[in-house]
Amino acid sequence: MTVHTENTQQAVHATVAERAAPAVLALMFGAFLVFGTGFAHPQTIHNAAHDTRHAFSFPCH
Amino acid sequence: MTGRIFAVALLAGLAAGLAVSVLQHFTTTPIILHAETFEGKPAASLGGHAQLDLTARGLTGGRLYLAHGAADHGSNAEAQTWSPEDGLERTLFTSLTNVLTAIGFALVLTAVMFMRGRPVDGRQGVIWGMAGFAVVSLAPALGLPPEVPGAMAAELTGRQEWWVLCAVLTAGGLGLMFLSAQRWMPWAGAAMLALPHVLGAPQADAMGGAVPPELAAHFVAASLVTAAAFWAFLGFATGTLAKRFKLT
Repeated sequence: MTVHTENTQQAVHATVAERAAPAVLALMFGAFLVFGTGFAHPQTIHNAAHDTRHAFSFPCH
Repeated sequence: MTGRIFAVALLAGLAAGLAVSVLQHFTTTPIILHAETFEGKPAASLGGHAQLDLTARGLTGGRLYLAHGAADHGSNAEAQTWSPEDGLERTLFTSLTNVLTAIGFALVLTAVMFMRGRPVDGRQGVIWGMAGFAVVSLAPALGLPPEVPGAMAAELTGRQEWWVLCAVLTAGGLGLMFLSAQRWMPWAGAAMLALPHVLGAPQADAMGGAVPPELAAHFVAASLVTAAAFWAFLGFATGTLAKRFKLT
């Protein structure tokens, strides 16, 4: 029980620097996915994602 | 910790992407399909009385092309690239890209919640989701209103660059307004919110697309309301799962 509490506190008190690495990784990967579906120019990707781009109001065409 | 962030985002994005696919079936998709019947035809405003002069109306260089469907492909066979068949295939690809887009947004949302480091739950998540809606839907819509297929617009890359600039500045501005302790920060945040609109988005040289204005206007409302519902649900799912996975 004591061990569990310490672990929880460690997680809560992780410093900004410790949180930054996984957060930046997730942010970059998320932006990459959105770029692929919403912005990439290759015609095949555009055609597959066409309705999504219009519905999410990404600039299309 | 990276694994938990990705798990939260994958599950929340999958749920929200599938949910918005169902919602779009009733809101935006019927308007897109309806608009495509006007694409490549003379503008409704010309009423068939005027001759359509593509050059005079700025329609050159493939600015307005239809990238899918059978009707527009005519005899120019070599210009054809793959596109999903209308019907089930098109719906499946739209759903797939909806899910991928939702996972992408969920990763960004989860990363920001995690960096903030405050406890979140479903209700808090909805507020985060509304911020996401403001960043990628509401603010860019002021400069670049959601377009139906066939609308006239400026060159694509310029609009995409302005969209990214607007989203980044709106996110930064909201961050300064709501997440900062300094008293002057909200003013700096408001200035950041206004900046992309002061600079202005690229606009088309001419107006008068083929799609009737009533349909185009309906699409703007349908797409914004759908996006708002999507972001509320995505935020709720992300917040709920972040709490469940003890992310913060």
